[in-house]
Amino acid sequence: MDIAKKILKVNVNGRPYELLIKPKTTLLQFLRNDLGLTGAKQACMDNSCGACTVIVDKMAVKACSVLALQVNGREVMTVEGLASRDGKLHPLQQAFLDYHAFQCGFCTPGKLMSSKAMLDENPHPNEEEIRRDMEGNLCRCTGYTQYIEAIKAVAQKKEVAK
Amino acid sequence: MRDFEYLPTKTVKEACALISQYKEEGKILAGGQSLITLLRQKLISPSYLIDIKGVTELDYLTFDEKKGLRMGALTTHRAIEKSPLIQSKYPVLSEMEKSVASVQTRNWGTIGGNLCSGDPIGDPAPSLIALNGKIKIVSSREEKIVPLAEFFTDYFTTILEPDEILTEIQLTPPVPHAGVVYMKFSTIEAGIKIVSTSTCIILESDKMTCRDARIVMSAVAPVPLIAKKAGELLIGKKINDDLIAEAAQLASGETNPTSDVHGSAEFRREIAKVLVRRAVKEAFEKAKRT
Ligand SMILES: Cc1cc2nc3c(=O)[nH]c(=O)nc-3n(C[C@H](O)[C@H](O)[C@H](O)COP(=O)(O)OP(=O)(O)OC[C@H]3O[C@@H](n4cnc5c(N)ncnc54)[C@H](O)[C@@H]3O)c2cc1C
Ligand code: FES
Ligand code: FES
Repeated sequence: MDIAKKILKVNVNGRPYELLIKPKTTLLQFLRNDLGLTGAKQACMDNSCGACTVIVDKMAVKACSVLALQVNGREVMTVEGLASRDGKLHPLQQAFLDYHAFQCGFCTPGKLMSSKAMLDENPHPNEEEIRRDMEGNLCRCTGYTQYIEAIKAVAQKKEVAK
Repeated sequence: MRDFEYLPTKTVKEACALISQYKEEGKILAGGQSLITLLRQKLISPSYLIDIKGVTELDYLTFDEKKGLRMGALTTHRAIEKSPLIQSKYPVLSEMEKSVASVQTRNWGTIGGNLCSGDPIGDPAPSLIALNGKIKIVSSREEKIVPLAEFFTDYFTTILEPDEILTEIQLTPPVPHAGVVYMKFSTIEAGIKIVSTSTCIILESDKMTCRDARIVMSAVAPVPLIAKKAGELLIGKKINDDLIAEAAQLASGETNPTSDVHGSAEFRREIAKVLVRRAVKEAFEKAKRT
């Protein structure tokens, strides 16, 4: 069967895009292969590890398990959109650096996007809430202490990170 | 993943028309949190994917003192977890949802998709059955309402015909002297449960005698398991610790678990007994307070 491509209109990191794609393209494939945004990582491809986490309309989702066409008309944010245009790091990125919250860094973009979505919804979570909301993001080398400390540091600041 | 035609829909009518046209060749797509993996593993390869995620008329939570709760099939897990309405009227559902998968999956996955997956490890089904839930099934031919307890027929199998769509979940208003409790046993907080139970105990006005009891478990049978004998044992009797222990033993005997990487059948049976004992006790205490 010759499958017709479909038009996808989506806003990614503040920029509008309009592309023809195959219906079976996942959001992760679209971001990485069509837009060249390779921040979101491809790891388990099984909806388990969270390395592919991006934000769609304020919600953290696993991009490997969402069809790109399902985000038609929506707003997507990837780790590439986190720092400000002048290159100043987002407070979460800075905190991940300050607290040595990564080694290989493969899980980091996903963790940043999950924690960004969490803080946008609940700016001052306690440790239990942080642990609960970050459960969908696995790390195979650094472990889970440093990045929780990093997120806690941002969450405890009076100024809300945007 | 094999190629498919992608058919986005905006209304139930549109979705019903398409699925009745394509039947077995088509498949409904809601959040895709289960379906995309099945497609990727080529366990199923439909030619047409009918996307209902954009059917906004199926995304609602409403409550009426007489009729109770009406929940659209496209309500996400996260919306149920966070809903002030659910938290005040059916708090067990919000509690249970906190344990479903990860935030990411709860953000995109829907209650309808969870039920229609027919996975016996699913958490929402036992809770909704314990709350005596009903579901609305719609097709181009007819519309019907069935008890959720009759929905599941085998592993990953339900009574849904290929042209039918689950549109709504219905719960009666909360009754007095009722306690409903969700309890789980898992190795990681929001991971696959080794066993979970949702247990509802309703007391007579003496707040001692059991008027109704529904003990439902996940992951111990091909379908969400209703421990009928254990429930019947409790009904009409004054509840005490010995009776609860006896009911838990019966419930454990009613399970039919399999062994897998998460736990052996024997282990599951033992855990089921312990969980049911704790859940009945807590539900009883809760029921006394309401
Ligand atoms: C990593 C991971 C962990 C998980 N952990 C848990 C857990 O702890 N507890 C738990 O309960 N669940 C768990 N799940 C399952 C998850 O809750 C379901 O995948 C999700 O709810 C499915 O909803 P969906 O909208 O994404 O459905 P989809 O994946 O889109 O659909 C699932 C199935 O239902 C059909 N379908 C969907 N909606 C309808 C409808 N309205 N009418 C008719 N058919 C329909 C589809 O055709 C498909 O066959 C987990 C899933 C993952 C990936
Ligand atoms: S790659 Fe998406 S969850 Fe692992
Ligand atoms: S830093 Fe390597 S996987 Fe987390």
